[in-house]
Amino acid sequence: MADVAEARRRDTTLMGMYLFLASEIMLFGGLFAVALALRLLHPQDVVAASRRLHYGVGAANTVVLLTSSLAVALAVAAAEMGKAKGTVAGLLAAAGLGVGFLALKAVEYGMEIRERLLPAFTPADAFESPAAHLFLDLYLIATALHAVHVTVGVGLLAGLAWRVRRSGLPLPRGATGVEVVGLYWHLVDVIWVFLYPVLYLVR
Amino acid sequence: MNRLLTFWGGQASHHAHQVDTLFLGLAALAVLLSAPVFILIPWFAVKYRRGKPADRAHAANRSVWLEVSWAAIPFLATLAFYVWSTRLYIDLYQPPAEALAINAVGKQWMWKFQHPGGQAEINELHVPSGRPVVVTLASQDVIHSLFVPALRLKQDVVPGRYTRLWFTADTPGSYALVCAQFCGADHAVMGGRLVVQTPADYARWLEGMGTDGSLAAQGAVLFRTRGCSGCHGAASTVHAPPLEGLYGRPVPLADGNVVTADDQYLRDSILLPQAQVAAGYPAVMPTFQNVLGEDDVLKLIAYIKSLADARPPAGGRHD
Amino acid sequence: MTDEVSYLEHGHSLKSWLLTTDHKRIAILYFLSITFFFFVGGAAAALIRIDLLTPEADLMSNEGYNRAFTLHGVIMVWFFLIPSIPNTFGNFLVPLMIGARDLAFPRLNLLSWYIYMLGGLFTLAVLVLGGVDTGWTFYTPLSSMFANGNVILAATAIFVVGFSSILTGLNFIVTVHRLRCPGMTWGRLPLFVWSIYATSLILVLATPVLSITLVLIAAERLFGVGVFNPALGGDPLLYQHLFWFYSHPAVYIMVLPALGVISELVSTAARKPVFGYRFVAGSSIAIAIIGFLVWGHHMFVAGQSMYASAVFSFLSLAVAVPSGIKVYNWTATLYKGHIALDPPFLFAMSFIGLFVVGGMTGLILAMLAVDVHVHDTYFVIAHFHYIMVGGTVSAYFGALHYWWPKMMGRWLPLVWGRLSAIFIFLGFNLTFFPQFILGYLGMPRRYHVYPAEFQTLHVLSSAGASVLGLAYLLPFTYLLYSLRHGEKAPPNPWGATGLEWTVPSPPPQHNFHELPTVDGPPYQYPMEMGNEGEAAHG
Repeated sequence: MADVAEARRRDTTLMGMYLFLASEIMLFGGLFAVALALRLLHPQDVVAASRRLHYGVGAANTVVLLTSSLAVALAVAAAEMGKAKGTVAGLLAAAGLGVGFLALKAVEYGMEIRERLLPAFTPADAFESPAAHLFLDLYLIATALHAVHVTVGVGLLAGLAWRVRRSGLPLPRGATGVEVVGLYWHLVDVIWVFLYPVLYLVR
Repeated sequence: MNRLLTFWGGQASHHAHQVDTLFLGLAALAVLLSAPVFILIPWFAVKYRRGKPADRAHAANRSVWLEVSWAAIPFLATLAFYVWSTRLYIDLYQPPAEALAINAVGKQWMWKFQHPGGQAEINELHVPSGRPVVVTLASQDVIHSLFVPALRLKQDVVPGRYTRLWFTADTPGSYALVCAQFCGADHAVMGGRLVVQTPADYARWLEGMGTDGSLAAQGAVLFRTRGCSGCHGAASTVHAPPLEGLYGRPVPLADGNVVTADDQYLRDSILLPQAQVAAGYPAVMPTFQNVLGEDDVLKLIAYIKSLADARPPAGGRHD
Repeated sequence: MTDEVSYLEHGHSLKSWLLTTDHKRIAILYFLSITFFFFVGGAAAALIRIDLLTPEADLMSNEGYNRAFTLHGVIMVWFFLIPSIPNTFGNFLVPLMIGARDLAFPRLNLLSWYIYMLGGLFTLAVLVLGGVDTGWTFYTPLSSMFANGNVILAATAIFVVGFSSILTGLNFIVTVHRLRCPGMTWGRLPLFVWSIYATSLILVLATPVLSITLVLIAAERLFGVGVFNPALGGDPLLYQHLFWFYSHPAVYIMVLPALGVISELVSTAARKPVFGYRFVAGSSIAIAIIGFLVWGHHMFVAGQSMYASAVFSFLSLAVAVPSGIKVYNWTATLYKGHIALDPPFLFAMSFIGLFVVGGMTGLILAMLAVDVHVHDTYFVIAHFHYIMVGGTVSAYFGALHYWWPKMMGRWLPLVWGRLSAIFIFLGFNLTFFPQFILGYLGMPRRYHVYPAEFQTLHVLSSAGASVLGLAYLLPFTYLLYSLRHGEKAPPNPWGATGLEWTVPSPPPQHNFHELPTVDGPPYQYPMEMGNEGEAAHG
């Protein structure tokens, strides 16, 4: 009986999370719509600006995030089996990779500032064209909004790891919590998987 | 039939008549479709009042056949009107080629009109009756909307792009002309008159207006004084595309696309020169965004248009 | 069962209210805050109507008038209409109607209210700091580059309150999916729950698009990011697409719950099941889906391509079909019913009448050639007020009268209820019908200086507005009075069906002593009507 109630609660929580993720997708969907419009309005300038981005760093970051998603998936599996140690390890690995992502992103921003590519740190007349400026504005807004999501995700992962470790979250009963945070982290990953080609590879 | 609608604004064009007829038709349809609701609900409320004896046997709780029919029949009826109204609307996108071309610039909070002969007026637009007029609309700042109720027409004036509004005013008279899109503090007083005159009166009015030459001539002056001729002129040493014979022709761009040199392209080339660079020319043109107003740009375009049939000087390489 | 303490009696401290996770108490919190904003927005409307009494600008300056109608729009749309029925009645009733003890996420529900209040505080800050002058539509580049009011603060307010909408919608969807009591299948859900469900889908999927759009406006004002600025290579029409992608579905956020309320009211008044339950339920979902595809009908004269306009015009006619089904089905519900002319039904009748006028004029507006003439005129103002005020607000008051005995446990004075329904109907029509004529004659919206020929119609409209204003105050006086002096209400005062009427009035804290089991379709009235409801009519 308790299991049934627990399973119901799990389904309920997961469904809530899925709906929240749907709204997150719509939030970024607005930015993707803007990216599409820019691309249609100024195909040449957008491609030129996009070429100047460091797609290698972006690709490395994609690998980092995908790996972290794997770590989270392993943590969820461990949590369902009641293995606290494995769960903590997976969560911390994912959080660590998330920090790595942010660090790489920061390095990339730094390179872009030096190359006079990053809008907030570069005078408006330094851009090749208004459309290039606009595209890089969008790049900054989209990646910054994504970075905010990554930061929140790292906080959630680390907090969860801490709670599991302190046994504040007994497993496998608390696996739903791990699963929910895992879902959120997967979404952050998926959004990046779409942002990367749209921003870096539109050539 | 349409008397009721004429006491303010009036009908200044055939299109206005058509819109009124369509509207009255739609109003009739609306009455027809809502009549069952307005008649039956009060009637049922009285007849089947609680506690009142009435035949209540065999009250159905559903009837798919009935429901489909009252979904489909009104929809089909509205489709007929859809075809009618959409045809009227499509006409609005197809100005006749011989239409009198007038420019309008909306800015906070006034309208500025330019006639082809160079006559300019503010908050008043004089047009001849019986002749198609196409107004090219540009905005200096925010979105405005040119609305002439007597013509049953309006068109938003969007910064960064030209929109058009065309009409044939039949009935001489003076009609209200307003801004319909909220545009800031004095939106409510951004209005004026549309004055429709007989062709003879219009010609006389044009005569009476002082002008520094036709719109194209004023554009030619700007072309020299604002430094355009320094690069685009025949004697220039700078490698810039010549403008003779350009208007209406295809222009190959540096990015491999080909665009037609229409009003919008010319405007963007003056104000956003880096956006579409002609193939074979260095992208050296500065923007005139803060130098030229939209009305000046329209004059320059009139000038370039006037060169449409001219031959490029020897050595011109724009195609 | 009756010995259980009601939710109202369960704790009297301020803390017991402000930290409650009881959906019923949260509904009351929303009711109080929404009522407050209704009167703030109403005060702005009063200023507008007084100013429009004369063709000149006398009460307010141009700037002042612009700020008044912007504030009216922002407050009424985001702080009254959108949360009105879902957050009060939806919160109170959805768990009761589906046989649940609370929403799926009670703490999230309380958080939604706090987020709403935070957004409300931002709005009040805008008001105190001098208002905002862009119109509730925030069209660029006016809002992003030219307006000098508190645009960023207002955008923040709407951004914040959007999260309240998203979380509330999410909560309802999960609740309806997961917490239905045994036997409460989808085909047995009350139609009000169906409409709240459809509304919630829009809340979750459309609101984030508005959020990101507001972020882009703020970015343009703060950092010169010119996504909507043509001088920087952006496109002002892109803003309109994004804004209406949210704001047209938002219209259905505002009216769908009202449609659900009316289904309940009509069925109870007629003592008959709603005619064609499946069509009425399905039409809510159809409206929610098609509603996402019609945003371009706000842009027929904005300069979009004529092909886009033709498609949007067609889809706008299509979205009228499910609304039409509802209205005709309500009419058929009354056929051979046992109709009681109690206040809720009078509000429902007035809703149907006004909604039909609003819907039919919407059909006319969807016609391209007509829209070119009446777009941005008083015709549009009249049209959407018929839907939003004549429709949604009438349904809101209908719901208030219908469920008041349930929520408060007190009976309300029926005569006064009938009178206020009638006054609201008359005042409303006197206010807004003249505006159809004004619009067709060419009176643009957002004008407070107008040609003298229009004065008669404007005076009529303002006279109607004063009747309407008083008529809206009336229910609050006698409902307040009933709290103390009203007779105690029985569990099922109207003789209605539905699980919410099986529990005492007001309901106990945990709704159901024992979770109910449903074994039949909704709205099952005995063939020969009983008298248990009649007896309660004092």
